[in-house]
Amino acid sequence: MLEVKNLSMRFGGLLAVDQVSLDVQEREIVSIIGPNGAGKTTVFNCMSGFYKPTGGQIIFDGQEIQGKPDYRISRMGMVRTFQHVRLFGKMTVVENLLVAQHRHLNTNLISGLLKTPNYRKREQKSLDRAAYWLERVGLIDLANREAGNLAYGQQRRLEIARCMVTEPRLLMLDEPAAGLNPAETRDLNQLIVSLKEDYNVSVVLIEHDMSLVMEISDRINVINQGRPLASGTPEEVRNNDDVIKAYLGEA
Amino acid sequence: MATQNLRHALFCAVVTLVISYPILGLNLEAWGTNVVLTGANTTTVISVLLAAVAVFLFQLFRDRIMGTLGKLPPISPFANREPMPQAKWERLKSAFLTLLIIAGLIWPFVASRGAVDLSTLVLIYIMLALGLNVVVGLAGLLDLGYVAFYAVGAYTFALLSQYFGVSFWLALPIGALLAATFGFLLGFPVLRLRGDYLAIVTLGFGEIIRILLNNWTQLTGGPNGIGGIPDPTLFGMEFGRRVREEGNTSFHETFGIAYSSEHKVIFLYLIALVLAVITALVIRRLMRMPVGRAWEALREDEIAARSLGLSRTAVKLSAFTIGAFFAGFAGTVFASKQGFISPESFVFLESAIILAIVVLGGMGSQIGVILAAIAVTILPELAREFSEYRMLIFGAAMVLMMVWRPQGLMPMRRTHIELKKQE
Repeated sequence: MLEVKNLSMRFGGLLAVDQVSLDVQEREIVSIIGPNGAGKTTVFNCMSGFYKPTGGQIIFDGQEIQGKPDYRISRMGMVRTFQHVRLFGKMTVVENLLVAQHRHLNTNLISGLLKTPNYRKREQKSLDRAAYWLERVGLIDLANREAGNLAYGQQRRLEIARCMVTEPRLLMLDEPAAGLNPAETRDLNQLIVSLKEDYNVSVVLIEHDMSLVMEISDRINVINQGRPLASGTPEEVRNNDDVIKAYLGEA
Repeated sequence: MATQNLRHALFCAVVTLVISYPILGLNLEAWGTNVVLTGANTTTVISVLLAAVAVFLFQLFRDRIMGTLGKLPPISPFANREPMPQAKWERLKSAFLTLLIIAGLIWPFVASRGAVDLSTLVLIYIMLALGLNVVVGLAGLLDLGYVAFYAVGAYTFALLSQYFGVSFWLALPIGALLAATFGFLLGFPVLRLRGDYLAIVTLGFGEIIRILLNNWTQLTGGPNGIGGIPDPTLFGMEFGRRVREEGNTSFHETFGIAYSSEHKVIFLYLIALVLAVITALVIRRLMRMPVGRAWEALREDEIAARSLGLSRTAVKLSAFTIGAFFAGFAGTVFASKQGFISPESFVFLESAIILAIVVLGGMGSQIGVILAAIAVTILPELAREFSEYRMLIFGAAMVLMMVWRPQGLMPMRRTHIELKKQE
């Protein structure tokens, strides 16, 4: 469903991403790994429309999306999280989820001003959906708290919930396990798998936590210094000599 | 430490002298055809010196003075209290607003004519400030040319009435919509800019409108302005002594009461009151709607908002357009109240004052903005006896405000949507 072909991104004299290709099928978890500064997040930024790639193609559902504005891409069903959690800190947890449903709640101004029954119905629906996802990620008891006051692990989960209420088909997670303790990482692990199993979402994952990556990924792409190094199943990648040298380290 | 203090204090004193002596002490006087620079008289020189000494002493002992001030009990008995729960706060706020509206309704029948006239101006500023509050306070877009939309509203009514004889009630929506259109058109190219750049461009736009009005003499009358703008009518009843338009009746004859020029002032005031209340209610509602949440989301974290499918341009444009709409509203009322408008009324200072109201009130907070609008409009009137120094006093009040309460009179308290537990 997603195909990235020969993606390149150049910042002035720096070629941050060079000829990276990857593809994601329906209901698949694909990981991108590589040392720090390898260009993983840049690939993400290109895919989600924050950068306009300088070369290559990104095809989602048969449509070329490279260079499209970010909000368009997100509305097509490709939603991302961020390496550093980006919540609306002064809003409550529920409100974060309501903002995300903005376009589902796309009522016109007049019906909102008059609080027509139709408007109320839709607002209730988005509240219900928010409640459902809060329940799902275990934050329902904190629903009316300010998002900025949550613990870090909770913020991470809220960010994922916020993506899920937009009903995406492809979820891009940028280091979702960063800063989590082992127990939280295990929960996250289960959550990601369940997103794939129960909600038919494909996931692209950037992660440094190898136990997480190896356990849940269907396929792994390795990037080093902006260039693709290897790709394949976790098993293949684990035994690839280049990868071991560049990233995993010799054991 | 001590020497540094001394040097700092000396520096401040010198700055005081350098600034205040030329301003207060030097006068340009016309002697026949010549202009002569005359020095200050002794009293001025002495007071300038005294001021410098006062500054010097204050800066020298600043730490000690501020230390003692800090130990004094806080002036407000409400300081350092737990914030009250949201439901209570909401009820209190609604009650306060209702009281304010009731007081506003009674006011014209007890106050003097001049006071009512001034209150109409206050209400116009409330409308303007509430509108700008959407742009600056909620959407976080610094707009320094807000007065342009106000001008569009006012001139729309003035021109329509002059050329086509359009009445106030028809011009009100037209003016507001036209101002909104201008906001929309300006917003398109401008809103990809951020922060300072946006501020500069909007500032330029405000000036363009004013200069256009000033120079398009055939249409707008240029600096001479447009006069004879009709007063609003009440169901075809006019408030003048004589009926100006065919088919209308006059208010005092219909009700068989003696003519009084106060009727018109009171009527205008009531219109302004109703419109201000409508403005406040509509914006209050908008804040709780998806649009309002989108404004806030974009202000808090633009990148996250975009990643969730919020179009930056659409959200910012909506804020800009809605803000401009209410400015157009206010402009129409203003034109009707004055009966005469000229580009003079729409200078940059107006934008600055409206922005000051929003900042003083506490960005995003409606009650704060309303209180600040009242304060800022009435303060210069109260300080009228200080004549040329009243702007100075106004400025000093602003500086003090920013030092002691940078978050504004009544900082915004977000009204959260509560998720009710389902059983």
